Amino acid sequence: MTRPPMRNTARQTTLALLVVAALAALPLFLGTYEVDLVAKILVLAIFALSLELLVGQTGLVSFGHAAFFGLGAYTTALLLQDPDPRSFWLVLAAAMAMAGLYALPVAALSLRTRGVYFIMVTLAFAQLVYYVFHDTKVAKGSDGIYLTGIPQFSLAGWVPFDITKSLPFYYVALVLLCLVYAFLASLGASRFGRALAGIRANEQRMRAAGYATYPYKIAAFVIAAMLAGLAGFLKATRDGYVNPEMLAWHESGAVLLMIILGGLGRLRGAVIGAFAFVLLQEFFKNDAVFGDFAKRWQLLLGITVIACVLLLPHGLVGLSAQLRRRGNRDG
Amino acid sequence: MAEILLAARGITRTFGGLVAVNGVSLELERGAVHAVIGTNGAGKSTLINILSGELPASAGSVELLGRDVTRLSQPSRALLGLGRSYQRNTIFPHFTVAENCRLAAQARRQRPWAVWESAARCADAMPRARAALERAGLADDAERLAGSLPHGRKRQLEIALCLATQPRVLLLDEPLAGMGAEETERMLALLAQLKPDHAILLVEHDMDAVFRIADRITVMVNGTAIASDRPDDVRANPDVQRAYLGAGH
Repeated sequence: MTRPPMRNTARQTTLALLVVAALAALPLFLGTYEVDLVAKILVLAIFALSLELLVGQTGLVSFGHAAFFGLGAYTTALLLQDPDPRSFWLVLAAAMAMAGLYALPVAALSLRTRGVYFIMVTLAFAQLVYYVFHDTKVAKGSDGIYLTGIPQFSLAGWVPFDITKSLPFYYVALVLLCLVYAFLASLGASRFGRALAGIRANEQRMRAAGYATYPYKIAAFVIAAMLAGLAGFLKATRDGYVNPEMLAWHESGAVLLMIILGGLGRLRGAVIGAFAFVLLQEFFKNDAVFGDFAKRWQLLLGITVIACVLLLPHGLVGLSAQLRRRGNRDG
Repeated sequence: MAEILLAARGITRTFGGLVAVNGVSLELERGAVHAVIGTNGAGKSTLINILSGELPASAGSVELLGRDVTRLSQPSRALLGLGRSYQRNTIFPHFTVAENCRLAAQARRQRPWAVWESAARCADAMPRARAALERAGLADDAERLAGSLPHGRKRQLEIALCLATQPRVLLLDEPLAGMGAEETERMLALLAQLKPDHAILLVEHDMDAVFRIADRITVMVNGTAIASDRPDDVRANPDVQRAYLGAGH
């Protein structure tokens, strides 16, 4: 799945710029509801990208990634409990730092295990945070909490817009998604990223060559957690509300499904997967199409995901290559 | 005077009640191939894993280039100049042959924080990777995907991955496993060519090859080294004949 060092970089860059331009132009043609929906997807795409670094690039299947998303969101909410606005940058940094801080011991302990044990240990650490927020009074338990203040976006004293409004939020989310994507793309081509790919392909050889693989994996885990914290910050800022369900295991499962649906091992797979997942969800929830059955949208979504996994082993990003191969075989 | 690059003294390893390796000592000198032979379960793999740092020894010490490395991890030993190959290939099948070697060569200068630098353009690793490929006879296959190589070439790549880190000591675990006659000849020629500037430990089941290329042979039975001598003396040793080579060899 790892391709030989990019030969069609130019084409890919052009394509990426076109997609960004299209997303930037999208609000011109959509209503508020749709803009909010796409903004929600952009946030989830950041979340999915953060998990792709772990699962797709490093080969570490974490089933507790929602913990870091939720920690970012809760940190944001808890910092905004009085009406005075706080700096956007400060709250963003705090949300990412909290997620990274918790990720450090979780990574150090869970990375001593492998395979299914790693999956279970990451799940356990996520459920730990879930129960802290669900069953203690730290943040009003299962009711969740509202944000009273707002993170004020300012550049050197200039406040260009109110981030909690639909359109500004959309563009901030889009810019952050582009930055996260560019960061991960650069990281993936760097020595660090190639080392992670090597660990995924053959950790034994990496150690024999002289790479201490454990600190590499811890670093990947912490970076992934901080980016998930960033997504959590955006989510809390937009919703103005957080609750423990954001850190529950089904949220970890949903983001895992997004990157599987999109295609593991490619960054754009995570973005495509986030779009596909949420749009399918919206489609199956639509009672104009499905009538009463729309209440059972999870059933249809589940069947669709299973079908996709069976029919598209490389996810949606692998679709074109798969069709080409089939064409060659038939011809 | 021979240059001893790796010295193991009194290596013992127990797993519960089982003594897998029992007080084995050996020295690897530059310009020589030291073969370790023995039946399956004799403790050869355990020994090589202890020397490379993958398994801690229960007792004994390992010295690499005059430095006590008994407590050092495998990656640290690798960076000091210890390379090893595995019985089962440890190549990166989805990378090109060149990138396989580049990744191994990059271990010498990892710079993990420099996430803005493209690995493909790092000037220091590429020449070392290319030299390793050429030495292992894979220069023409550089742009192929490693997973698509025939078996013999994959075994050569396994060796090239060791060479890319510029080791001085090579631990080779059955480099001839599963090879045809022609591939075996090519590999033996490669080992002969590596011999002058490396100290080589060779674990191998192909006895003809071992007796052709080894300068010294250690015979292991049930975790103990029952003989360690020049090939002719090992062949004549009655204990070895009884325990391993079988009558009539």
